[in-house]
Amino acid sequence: MMDELRELYQEVILDHGKHPRNFGSCEGCNHTAHGFNPMCGDTLIIYLNVGEDGIIKDATFKGKGCAISVASASMMTEILKGKTVKEAERLFAAFHEMCTKDDAEMPEGVDEDAIERLQVLSGVRDFPVRVKCATLAWHTMDAAVHGKDEISTE
Amino acid sequence: MNDAGNALADKQTPLSAGDNVRGAFDVEAVRADFPVLHQEVYGKPLAYLDSAASSQKPRQVIRAMDEAYETYYSNVHRGLHYLSQTCTDHFEAAREKVRRFLNAEKAEEIVFTRGATEAINLVAASYGRKFLKAGDEIVLTTMEHHANIVPWQLLREQTGVELKVAPIDDNGDIRAEDVIDLIGPKTGMVAITHISNALGTVVPVKQIVAAAHEAGVPVLVDGCQAAPHIPVDVRDLGADFYAFAPHKLYGPTGVGVLYGRYDRLESMPPYQGGGEMISRVTFEKSNFKKPPHRFEAGTPSIVEAIGLGAAIDYVETVGREAIAAHDARLLAYATRRLSEIEGLHIVGQATDKAAIVSFVTDWAHAHDVGTILDRAGVAVRAGHHCAQPTMDRFGLSSTARASFGIYNTEAEVDQLVDALHMVREIFG
Repeated sequence: MMDELRELYQEVILDHGKHPRNFGSCEGCNHTAHGFNPMCGDTLIIYLNVGEDGIIKDATFKGKGCAISVASASMMTEILKGKTVKEAERLFAAFHEMCTKDDAEMPEGVDEDAIERLQVLSGVRDFPVRVKCATLAWHTMDAAVHGKDEISTE
Repeated sequence: MNDAGNALADKQTPLSAGDNVRGAFDVEAVRADFPVLHQEVYGKPLAYLDSAASSQKPRQVIRAMDEAYETYYSNVHRGLHYLSQTCTDHFEAAREKVRRFLNAEKAEEIVFTRGATEAINLVAASYGRKFLKAGDEIVLTTMEHHANIVPWQLLREQTGVELKVAPIDDNGDIRAEDVIDLIGPKTGMVAITHISNALGTVVPVKQIVAAAHEAGVPVLVDGCQAAPHIPVDVRDLGADFYAFAPHKLYGPTGVGVLYGRYDRLESMPPYQGGGEMISRVTFEKSNFKKPPHRFEAGTPSIVEAIGLGAAIDYVETVGREAIAAHDARLLAYATRRLSEIEGLHIVGQATDKAAIVSFVTDWAHAHDVGTILDRAGVAVRAGHHCAQPTMDRFGLSSTARASFGIYNTEAEVDQLVDALHMVREIFG
């Protein structure tokens, strides 16, 4: 049992959960959205500064949540910086796959280094009720780039 | 209530050779009656500490419902035939059992709804739309479950009533005066919980009802957490309306109870329209039946009501005073053991409290705590407990909550404590 739990709560996750990176609002933010998980009451706000060339110059977040959702938001904001919105969406699709399927197939052209870093969160596969914790930040990012103010994982 | 129904209500669900509960309180005998408790989850013995969300069911309840479907099931209050008459007798006997359980004056004061939530919605909609108008005030407490907030907000949208909320202190205690101070000339209803589902606080309902009645204001009590834990006497409390959820009282889902003082119910229009609640229908006009049938449109939750009757028999066989004493022992033990854990904070330490312990930790979010406890076989609720204003009061978005029922043991509290040490080990 401890092994399985350690697999879910790996050091990297605990570290990002306790010391989230890119926490706060961002300068020149031009896309933002609120993410809400009605099951636990957790909320996240994602801030993005997307350039005219479609490149994400800065990504930050605020909010309250469990170790999984905070770590996921923290890692996502690190990974997104310098990526195009298109790349971000491809990563979202790939991340969603790996959090829900054992034999996830990665879409073509997805950033492999980023996928490797995100693998650490894929332990939620074995904890179905926690998948939404891991994907909340990504759903919220997706809402922000599509001009939606709010997203709920309901 | 017909005579056959009364006779059935007097006859408790018979105890057979396989029954374990025979009067004296013995938690192992009680546990033996609950089949679902005897299993392992993730290779660990199950410790079910989530009875405030929903309780498990004893075999006596499951058996009573099986027996209804297997031997006498039919629609009620409809047919002239044998099964319909027999089924109606059992259904009405369940109503009489609820009357006795609450010490209501008559069985006609007991309305079967689809749940406690529907019971509160019924009062808000029926009483509210007839008797309350723009500017009238509904007095609530900070600790209400969403089911005793949202129906009044819906009424606010329709009629313009206003909500007034009584505060609680940092311990989760509430003073009767703080509720009473909000009662004034514009108050149209006081709607308060008897026991907070998130904090376990017991509200001094009787004192509040007395003051409300002095001002001519009716009181609705949400008794969902009280019915399983403490003896409830609606006449002693003086409540005009009292709602509770049978599925938290070791009975089935799909049925709810609304007690309403008869003169109140009689003054109220129907909540829903349909069959069973009318005495005569033409396309010009319908005449409505008297309570409780006026409020029971459509085929009711027949077998669920019968299952509730069996649950009440079960609880009364175990003994309501004995249950209250068992709960108090477990609460004291759990409070002591949890207080010993460094970095764990109990949320809600009211002077008068039921067997519900909400807590947060310095090391981990309630959701992470819940996941780890689950893998250790311990089932708790983690979240806002459908009481977000209560969470807001403490600046929290969620807590973990252990809640106890008649079948829980001190060994299960120990299992919870051991699992919490594991959480600390992982996150510490």
